Amino acid sequence: MSGVLQLRGVSKTYLDGADEVHALREVDLAVEAGKMVAVMGPSGSGKSTLLTIAGALETPTSGDVLVAGHPLSTMSRDDRARLRRRAIGYVFQDFNLLPGLTAAENVALPLELDGVSAGKARATGLRALDELGLAERAARFPDQLSGGERQRVAIARAVVGDRRLLLADEPTGALDSENGEAVMRMILAACKHGVAAVIVTHDAQLASWADRVLFIRDGRVVDRTAPRRGPDSLLAEETA
Amino acid sequence: MSVRHALLALLSEGPKYGLQLREEFEARTGEVWPLNVGQVYSTLQRLERDGLVESDDDADPGPQKGFRITAGGADELAGWLRTPPDLASPPRDELVIKVLVAVRLPGVDVHEVIQAHRRYIVELMQQWTRLKDEEGDLDLGLALVVDAELYRLDSVVQWLDTADGRLKRAALEPPAPARAAAPLIRRRAGVRR
Repeated sequence: MSGVLQLRGVSKTYLDGADEVHALREVDLAVEAGKMVAVMGPSGSGKSTLLTIAGALETPTSGDVLVAGHPLSTMSRDDRARLRRRAIGYVFQDFNLLPGLTAAENVALPLELDGVSAGKARATGLRALDELGLAERAARFPDQLSGGERQRVAIARAVVGDRRLLLADEPTGALDSENGEAVMRMILAACKHGVAAVIVTHDAQLASWADRVLFIRDGRVVDRTAPRRGPDSLLAEETA
Repeated sequence: MSVRHALLALLSEGPKYGLQLREEFEARTGEVWPLNVGQVYSTLQRLERDGLVESDDDADPGPQKGFRITAGGADELAGWLRTPPDLASPPRDELVIKVLVAVRLPGVDVHEVIQAHRRYIVELMQQWTRLKDEEGDLDLGLALVVDAELYRLDSVVQWLDTADGRLKRAALEPPAPARAAAPLIRRRAGVRR
């Protein structure tokens, strides 16, 4: 089964003065529709580079990135930009909502930028907010929302329309544990609607929401979790 | 987990039968700590011997025998609730010892040992988190247990991450001269050579 996102042997090398810095080395990753993958690693391990390359914001030095089966390397700049606008949603630690727009307008913005009429964009945006339980916040401005609500609006914006790939960099970093959990539940809800999600984080509690966890060190995927067992095993272990 | 005090807590709500005590204990701890019937009765016998509970004298021993808490039992329970568990001295944690051994052992990559434990713990955390996801509205007792487990396991991952980073830095630096602090820690931890 082809994934929504595939990375095949992806490497990224930067030049730092005369030194070569290997930010990513031969990374393979496939994320199917409806699945959440977490990438765990310390700062400087390459996990944010992995996300920017997966999101077509940067190009790899070698290897292939495929989004919905399309290799990014064979696309024109314009096609890549269109793919970024239409298929990929980004969530960052610091929300990145525009302060002058309401929650609904923020969510509708990527659609409008892509040429969808204002009325249709707004209706689609409202539907995304509604699906994620934020309908009553639609008319509020970002400064009238709590941190947790702002991040949830950012997630609604990331999955609005036909976006099928959600990329999140430490999405709960600035939130308390209760709001952090609400954000993860929302990403999980988006996955249950068919979105593929990649979350990069150093936080094990956050990563534990994912179907699979990859561990990255010095640009290399060094380990990954086994397929997830159901919770029943936890409750059965001590009954013997 | 003190079964003794958990039974006193259940009896402080009113008189109960043995079987009922077992069922309520498991329900309140989110079924994470299953008890067998034998454990319940042997604990009740000891509590009775110590004057902390009383039973119906005339009833046969068995599931229908009723128990109630005494004033002494209520005092014991109140004291236990407010006594902090022993967190003061470093525990002889098996994982810490494994990492300490791995650092010294020739031919062993301590980072690989750390990663094996990190992966296992994250897999466990995924199972606990899935419980939160699948059960939706968790029973309050179970929700508290799940939170406690996730924070406990998370703290272990954080320690592994810190150890990983510390070992990586240490490998780049010249070894520091041995200090006199080790015997003090050894004494406090009660670790014998």
